[in-house]
Amino acid sequence: MVCHAESVPPWEMFRWEGGGFMASLRFDPEICLACESVDCIMKCQYIHMDLARAKEEHDRLTRGEMSSILKDCVTCYACEEYCPSGNHPFYHIVELQERLGIHPVPIPIEKSQVVMMGPRGKIREMELKSPLINMCFFDMMKGGIRGSLFEGATTFGGSDVFCNLMFLHFARNSTIKERLPRMIDNIMHCAVEPSGTREVICYHDECYGTYTSWARAFGVEVPFTPVHLFEFLKRRLMELRDGIRPLNVKVAYQRPCSNRLCPETDSLVDDIFALIGAERPKRTYEYGNALCCGGVPEAAQRFDLVDDIRARNVADMKAAGAQYCVFNCPFCFWTLAEPVAKAGIFPVMMSDLCLLALGE
Amino acid sequence: MDRSAVIERLKAIVGGAYVSDAAEELYIYSRDQGVQDPHLPDWVAMPASTGEVASILELASREKIPVVPMGGGLVLSGLSVPLRGGIVLDMKRMNRILEVNEHSHYAVVEAGTSQGMLDAYLRKHHPGLKHSLPDAPPAATIAGNIAIHGSGHLSQSEGGFHSEMVTGLEVVLSTGEVVKLGSCSTVPAWFSRAPLPDLVGLFLGWNGTTGVITKVGIKLFPRPKFHDVLVYMTEDIDLAPMVLNRVIATSMAEDINYALAPKPDYLNGFQMTVINYTANSEDELIFKRKKLRSVLQDLYETRQSGFMPIPPHMKAGFLEAPQKALSKFADVRKGGGFEYVGAIMPIERIPDACRAGMEITERHAITYSLGARIIGRGSCAMFFFAYPFNRVDKGEVERVKEALEETNETALRLGGIPWKTEVQGQRLILERMDPATKGLMRRIRGVLDPQGIMNPGNWEVT
Repeated sequence: MVCHAESVPPWEMFRWEGGGFMASLRFDPEICLACESVDCIMKCQYIHMDLARAKEEHDRLTRGEMSSILKDCVTCYACEEYCPSGNHPFYHIVELQERLGIHPVPIPIEKSQVVMMGPRGKIREMELKSPLINMCFFDMMKGGIRGSLFEGATTFGGSDVFCNLMFLHFARNSTIKERLPRMIDNIMHCAVEPSGTREVICYHDECYGTYTSWARAFGVEVPFTPVHLFEFLKRRLMELRDGIRPLNVKVAYQRPCSNRLCPETDSLVDDIFALIGAERPKRTYEYGNALCCGGVPEAAQRFDLVDDIRARNVADMKAAGAQYCVFNCPFCFWTLAEPVAKAGIFPVMMSDLCLLALGE
Repeated sequence: MDRSAVIERLKAIVGGAYVSDAAEELYIYSRDQGVQDPHLPDWVAMPASTGEVASILELASREKIPVVPMGGGLVLSGLSVPLRGGIVLDMKRMNRILEVNEHSHYAVVEAGTSQGMLDAYLRKHHPGLKHSLPDAPPAATIAGNIAIHGSGHLSQSEGGFHSEMVTGLEVVLSTGEVVKLGSCSTVPAWFSRAPLPDLVGLFLGWNGTTGVITKVGIKLFPRPKFHDVLVYMTEDIDLAPMVLNRVIATSMAEDINYALAPKPDYLNGFQMTVINYTANSEDELIFKRKKLRSVLQDLYETRQSGFMPIPPHMKAGFLEAPQKALSKFADVRKGGGFEYVGAIMPIERIPDACRAGMEITERHAITYSLGARIIGRGSCAMFFFAYPFNRVDKGEVERVKEALEETNETALRLGGIPWKTEVQGQRLILERMDPATKGLMRRIRGVLDPQGIMNPGNWEVT
């Protein structure tokens, strides 16, 4: 484990009280103070203010002071993508929320989730082989790992290998810091080493975002190679190209919040669609403008906002002529599948859409 | 009449296949799943008609043989255990659904008809109607449940205890006389107890000590097409009356339940108010959801409580009636033992009841599930102190017994009344009951059961 503490201002220092490691955010206030565009706020889909006010609030955040942003943030992760300097505005917001005692989600729900998702200490070395798929907490979805697409694949998942990144929504970076080293250790010793591969295919964007973005931002070493599920699907589809029957359908993509941590993978959706003969129709709420599924704002009790963004999102899919709505995040699927289906659009997970193209 | 003559006479009444004095069958009828001591009956008989019940009671009355009526046998507090032997009258053969009136919204069923049978029948033949289902296993009977003042998933919104949903009864008295009560006594329909002198109450809550119910008229209610649930999570027990009353005041919740338990671990220390609501259209459902949320807005904005997000696979469980979660919890300790004190009490005593339940279970080293179902739009709550146990663990059985006795006393101290309680609990209630009320009970009992053969040992006013 490597802990990086250089260039960290005093207010960002964080020490895990259980002892053992210190993980501090690689955030440079000078970059923010020099920023003219304040894209992190100006591009936000949910906070609307003029540039002058945005700069004011931005400066408060940079100084580690209370700002309306800390209460109004829907924790959609998007500002991580919007920041032109890669200065981790969202992680900084979460750090400040936690330090200033702001709870985006009611405290009983937050506490309950911390226990529910906590490690059980039951993981043992597993008999696994490549391709090795990390199901994150969604072991219940492993029925989707099937067919020629996943031939020979083995999976692992559950609370003992859970990235815990969801606690960004709960202003609990401390929980991620506390648990992640143990999770990485579990993955290495119980899954990666026995399998003889270094590649871990991340079923969920949360895991991929954790190991490629959050871990780097907090100086946590990742001793295996995370592979995004879309990268794996693209590879497999290219290998199985001869068996593909183009779907010839319009497919809206519900981009999950954690994909904001790895925006480079968004283009893989286009690559996959090209391989399976799906069209990604032009939409208002797409790519950088993608809208949240509404699941997290619902937990945050922002019900009017949830109704608004779901209605706009689904109407936008419908207006674009989408016949399918494809998901990669199970939570987005659980949240949005019903309203999407009621609009006459078929909700489907990305891996299942690929299997459809393979006639399976 | 000697024993062999009694069984021969019973065989003549119900048929040889439906009466028994075999040791292995008497063993089964000597106990229930609770912790009350077993008592062997002398005979078990399964009548198929009101006439057969009447003939058995004529025999019993003549020979002074105790008679204990039994429905599903799921009451847990030993109310169908024959404390003084005699005949257990197992009503399960009388399970016909005699009438469903789609216009006046009632059903007439025989006393052995189970909750599951009526529910399935209505779903198949009258999908626009439903009855209030208790959270008991589907084998629980309609008659047994109304006789103990049971409650269920429509008790909050549709008029209270299931006994209050009774539109009429057919009862066999200890002498063998058959009487009809309610509108069916005067006209050929079972629509109401009013406007006649209400005699139905003479057979509800009496634990079978005044007669044997053979037919029940029960209210039915519209079954809306849309159904959803909200779960409000709190960490402060004292918030319960406020949260519950605000939800009740919307008049939009079909069923409101409140619960806390140490398992699963992620719910330990929290309380859940489960709000089921229904509608006839999606717009109506959305309207109700918004209204129900809005009445708690100032509370959730403090971040000290809030609505739980419920993924679809969890939601299905919350939408069930009866709730399978309760049956699963009943077996959490394995070994087949489950007991609870249900106490009918004012809503404002829920916080104290929660604290008392946790304190009692901690002291007796047993596990628990505590909670309440709101009755009659907030007139009261059925608070449950549920204690699962392993029947093989004699020490645990004893600890649960002690905890139950203490819980009965606590429920009374808190201003509640133990529900369908075992004999010891009945004694505690009678100790506190107004003497004039007890005197009236004794006189009624003397009129309806002059031989003292009806489920003796229960509601014994000394």
